[in-house]
Amino acid sequence: MSKLRADAILKAVARGRGGVQVAHNKRTADNEIVRMPIPATVVLPMQQHIGAPCKPLVKAGDHVDVGQVIGDTDQFLSVPIHASVSGTVKSVADITLANGRIAPAVTIESDGLQTLHESVVPPVVHTKEDLVKAIRASGLVGLGGAGFPSFVKLTVKDDKPIDTLIVNAAECEPYITVDYRECIENSWDIMTSVYTLGELYGFKHIIIAVEDNKPEAIRILKSIADKDIHTGNVVRVMALKSRYPQGAEKMMVLSATGRKVPQGKLPADVGCIVMNVASVAFVARYLKTGKPLTSRSVTVSGDCIKNPANVRVHIGTSMQEIIDFCGGFTEPPAKILSGGPMMGAAIVDTHVPLLKSNNAVLAFSEKALAKKPASDCIRCGRCHAACPMGLIPTQIEKYAVLGDAETLSTLGTSVCMECGSCAYSCPAGKPLVQYMRLAKEVMRQAGVK
Amino acid sequence: MEENKKLVVSASPHAKSSATVRGIMLDVIIALIPAAFAGVTVFGLRAALVMAVCIGCCLLCEFLARKVMKRSNTLGDLSAVVTGLLLAFNLPVKTPLWICAIGSFVAIVVVKQFFGGIGHNFANPAITARIVLLVSFASALTNFTAPTVGGADAVSTATPLASLSKITLAGGVGTQLSDLIAEGQIPALLKMFLGVRPGCIGETCALALLLGAAYLLIRGVIKITIPAAYLLTFTCFMLIASGFDLTYTAYELLSGGLLLGAFFMATDYTTSPINTAGKVVFGVGCGVLTAVIRLYCSLPEGVSYSILLMNIACPLIEKLTAPKYFGFIKKKKEKKAGDAA
Ligand code: SF4
Ligand code: SF4
Repeated sequence: MSKLRADAILKAVARGRGGVQVAHNKRTADNEIVRMPIPATVVLPMQQHIGAPCKPLVKAGDHVDVGQVIGDTDQFLSVPIHASVSGTVKSVADITLANGRIAPAVTIESDGLQTLHESVVPPVVHTKEDLVKAIRASGLVGLGGAGFPSFVKLTVKDDKPIDTLIVNAAECEPYITVDYRECIENSWDIMTSVYTLGELYGFKHIIIAVEDNKPEAIRILKSIADKDIHTGNVVRVMALKSRYPQGAEKMMVLSATGRKVPQGKLPADVGCIVMNVASVAFVARYLKTGKPLTSRSVTVSGDCIKNPANVRVHIGTSMQEIIDFCGGFTEPPAKILSGGPMMGAAIVDTHVPLLKSNNAVLAFSEKALAKKPASDCIRCGRCHAACPMGLIPTQIEKYAVLGDAETLSTLGTSVCMECGSCAYSCPAGKPLVQYMRLAKEVMRQAGVK
Repeated sequence: MEENKKLVVSASPHAKSSATVRGIMLDVIIALIPAAFAGVTVFGLRAALVMAVCIGCCLLCEFLARKVMKRSNTLGDLSAVVTGLLLAFNLPVKTPLWICAIGSFVAIVVVKQFFGGIGHNFANPAITARIVLLVSFASALTNFTAPTVGGADAVSTATPLASLSKITLAGGVGTQLSDLIAEGQIPALLKMFLGVRPGCIGETCALALLLGAAYLLIRGVIKITIPAAYLLTFTCFMLIASGFDLTYTAYELLSGGLLLGAFFMATDYTTSPINTAGKVVFGVGCGVLTAVIRLYCSLPEGVSYSILLMNIACPLIEKLTAPKYFGFIKKKKEKKAGDAA
């Protein structure tokens, strides 16, 4: 076994269909993560994750310390929100988030001291159950963009044995380089986590999956994996072909293990846990220090940003401040994204807080906008060819417009992960992802799955 | 704040590929150019005139139809040029120009715009127009002339396909064929390949058509699936029917509008299935129909009719061959489980 490891970087065991070749534009790949100074105020919305929103636990005038829980709920699918700065709560009020949703948020005025809250102590973890509890308390969500509570992924049911941990470092979205930097700069955190998780869960395989356009990350991770004496030599680095959306969870599971996650199921149903590499690295730091998720790295890039960079930011910092930290705009931007160009959301206003799940802030000028004259579908089939899920987006569009929920269900609409490969490829410039969302809405309203 | 006032908000993805409808149509036009050159070389300058008239009329019809129907102008997508060119390719060089105009009208207005324009037509406009013309003006549409390459006169003559159809499959296909070649009714195989034979303007030169097809395949404009299924099925059928006579099968492959149809008409996006399984069924269907029509019907040529028939069957094929999406679970099983619970 160890012989195998010594000379092998694993290759994908299966190749998914579809996908698209996108320009990588990883301009910030060589920019070391820089720390942004403590902001004067942070705004912490009570919903920064998939699941139930938290209830604010503080009120205006309260003093808070770094790491103090300021929002939580009893609901299962949720994680607490922590103060990212120490200081005084200025207000607890509804604000409009970058995605246009309205949520209550706690605004904290920093005292600049960053005093740690007394609750910040390293957790004691002996079993999987301890770990799950600790990870929930840490407020960790998938840092790759989805924002799914991490403790849920780590919760293992007895009837669903898990044999594989996949550390997702594919980072297939263009522009974004924070996961890459994490691999280079914090590789030991990643490995420490991987060993801890490996000991607790007894995984048969631990696969760190990186796209092959990041040879440096592969080299570093492999050199550490080679020194693995902790987990019985099960840690492997896998180089995946760089093709969008390689990092999508279901694609990842397929490439790494050859297993297909059935419709409506999760990776756990086929024995896998998939975690983003930055989330994995966070686990190690959290277990060591007990400091919950109060900061994260983001890539600030796009042709309008003066000094593109990877920045370590306190959660809740205003996007405008982050952009200013990177030298501001070189020209008036035409579009600003939170997240990558393929799945990120265009925002209306930069005076919104950075959330736990935001991995990038990208600003583009008018001339950099992707424009294509919209015309009728010519049935060229490119959307179907590009869809990693094997859907026929143009048909789904048709039935979404007709409001035919039954047919939408037979067409498999619910497996669409809104990766955007279809709309990217469409020569007619159709906003297919928008139609996918419409289709899901039609199905939801009709109560069809 | 002020400077952010005009931010564009749109659904993801925010990156787009460089493919456009216009670009695709341009690629098709480029792919048709070798065959257009061959047509002019083989049949003289009038071939160019027919092409020009067809393209001009198609553009005019498209423009006027959209105008009358108060729809946006779609000349820019170049699809009318493709239709015009393909229509001309499917006509004999002597076709009266007013018939070309009628054909263009049928293709663009009746088949395409009446159904909503690009992407909405149920059948290939050029093929349908040719069939309408064939039925309406049979003599003009079957008035084929011998190639004028080398300064020969444009005398009316039968196509090799018509001559081939005289062969009875009962026995001795090979000898019947060599007799026809000896009599000069059918040109030598090389001439067939180079397109020096009577026929429609754009269909004769296999070399040019294959060049164009290769271009489309390399550019990713078409997939090989439909032409491969079509031609393979046709070849198998012909081999069996002729008692495995290779020469006869080669003649069948090179005559009529088979190559033009298989690579440029059957692959029409709008009227062929999107999914791979559907494409295979579509191609096989075209192959079988073409072979059956050529061998057993009184019609000499079957390419147009078979593609038209398969065009009409396309929605059905797509439905019956619906691909399985990722993680598809059989509905039946799901129901049973649901009942039990
Ligand atoms: S890619 Fe666009 S034009 Fe082509 S079939 Fe899909 S929706 Fe239609
Ligand atoms: S957005 Fe949905 S339909 Fe489009 S390619 Fe991705 S999974 Fe397929």
